[in-house]
Amino acid sequence: MSTFDTGIQLVYVLAAACFVIGLHLMNSPASARRGNQASTLGMVIAGIATLILLIHSGTVTATGWAVLIAGSAIGSAVGLYSARTIQMTAMPQLVSMFNAVGGGAAALVAIYEYMHDESLHTGVLGTTTVTTVLDVIIGAVTFSGSIVAAGKLQGIVPGQPLIFKGSRLINVALAVIAVGSAIFLFTTASLPALFIMLLAALAFGVMMVLPIGGADMPVVISLLNAFTGTAVAMAGFVIANWALIVAGALVGASGGILTKLMADAMNRSLANIIIGGFGTGDSVVALDPGAGSAQVRSLAADDAAIQLAYASKVIIVPGYGLAAAQAQHGVAELAKTLEERGIEVSYAIHPVAGRMPGHMNVLLAEANVPYPQLVEMDEINPEFARTDVALVIGANDVTNPAARRAGTAISGMPILDVDQARSIIVIKRSMGHGYAGLDNELYVDPKTSMYFADAKKAMQQLTAAVKTLVG
Amino acid sequence: MSTALVTDITIFVLALLVGIEVIGKVPATLHTPLMSATNSIHGIVLAGALLIGVTAHSVAGYILAFVAAVFASANVVGGYVVTGRMLKMFKRRTPAQKADQN
Repeated sequence: MSTFDTGIQLVYVLAAACFVIGLHLMNSPASARRGNQASTLGMVIAGIATLILLIHSGTVTATGWAVLIAGSAIGSAVGLYSARTIQMTAMPQLVSMFNAVGGGAAALVAIYEYMHDESLHTGVLGTTTVTTVLDVIIGAVTFSGSIVAAGKLQGIVPGQPLIFKGSRLINVALAVIAVGSAIFLFTTASLPALFIMLLAALAFGVMMVLPIGGADMPVVISLLNAFTGTAVAMAGFVIANWALIVAGALVGASGGILTKLMADAMNRSLANIIIGGFGTGDSVVALDPGAGSAQVRSLAADDAAIQLAYASKVIIVPGYGLAAAQAQHGVAELAKTLEERGIEVSYAIHPVAGRMPGHMNVLLAEANVPYPQLVEMDEINPEFARTDVALVIGANDVTNPAARRAGTAISGMPILDVDQARSIIVIKRSMGHGYAGLDNELYVDPKTSMYFADAKKAMQQLTAAVKTLVG
Repeated sequence: MSTALVTDITIFVLALLVGIEVIGKVPATLHTPLMSATNSIHGIVLAGALLIGVTAHSVAGYILAFVAAVFASANVVGGYVVTGRMLKMFKRRTPAQKADQN
């Protein structure tokens, strides 16, 4: 390694260190912004080092410069525009698209390196082939899979699991083609084989995400995030760049941890999620026999307002229905009104309350809810017993006590212990089912009252009713 | 196996362990910003995309370099900007004057 190359590699190490420090600073909301700045600094350092490397090589043609500058400028503009304009409810789609382009870029790097090496007629390509193959496969699966996931989240691709006859067979065939081409590539340098492998991997990505239902999106996005990281790390192996290896490994670890957290929060194995089946409606289980005769009680805004206004502790349980109804600002407004009366208000956040890990927290933070009020499931569950009113808005399966019993579609899923509260108000548009296609036993609990309304309107009515009530 | 590959694998494994250790401490409330932050970090693949330029002297090479540069730079810039935008919203107390969005 020349002195110059050593210097550049050390600068890349510095950039990687900035990424680690940046992620470390994300351990608290108070320091997280500095964390993002540290990470950005690392990226700027890596960018400058790369630029110096390009200039120093002296082999970048005029067209090459034009292509690189134009590409970076267009990409940056697109990234900047989408980052500035995206609605917080659409964040999962954006993250999914970033996964797609990250994985895609990683695959392209490996494809180029392979084409370039092959043109040198080096024959069998040695150890880099393994990482090249992994990079192309993982990158391509991430690319197409993430686009389908984003399409599902955006509602362009149907959200329910798409399973058709023979789809499993197609998956197996695609996997065989991809692995077969990969094995062939280990023995023979062949560009057509690489492209066959690429196409099979792209098709596999589509087929992998299609059968996965909307409720499982938090897991899928996390998994694809881990894939992207791994693909980037593989690209680092291919071009022998430590910054890519470290950054890819960090992202892989992050995606992996989040995937496990999300799968645990639904008490489902990864294999079970990928094979699909949730939300297909074939898993309807009857209510607890004892509750069969129970009546659902509904109440009006004024009655709900009285309960809330004279409570001393209220826990709000938001679900995705809240975000879908754009009611997060209304909830924050109601909470503020209650707090002004000296009522203790907090939010119980289930890990899969949104469409991606932590999504609900961002939606509420956007509505100016202070983050100390956003409490994780394990911390808030013991609080419900001391709570006067639990206000459930647009959450369903994550509050269903049936999860504690064996033999239901959601058995064993960790839930919020809403039924422990002294009184429960559920805001819902109708008695529809959650994703699990299951009746919610919470709704027939004698302590529960149903307030049938659109979440956004309900929040306005409740806030107004509380205000008139207390003057 | 070459020494270089062994070094690379060592770096990869250690970075993975560091990642698990560091990210395990990120609170659930920041998981979405964490994800978009890691999104921008994997945008480092931009370095790989740009380095294609060193050896690209054919139309195919230019096209690959261009598309990879578009993808990776969108990833980097978009990831950092959106993470910053989200983190700015996390406040300890409700601001006295309700801030208007955008």
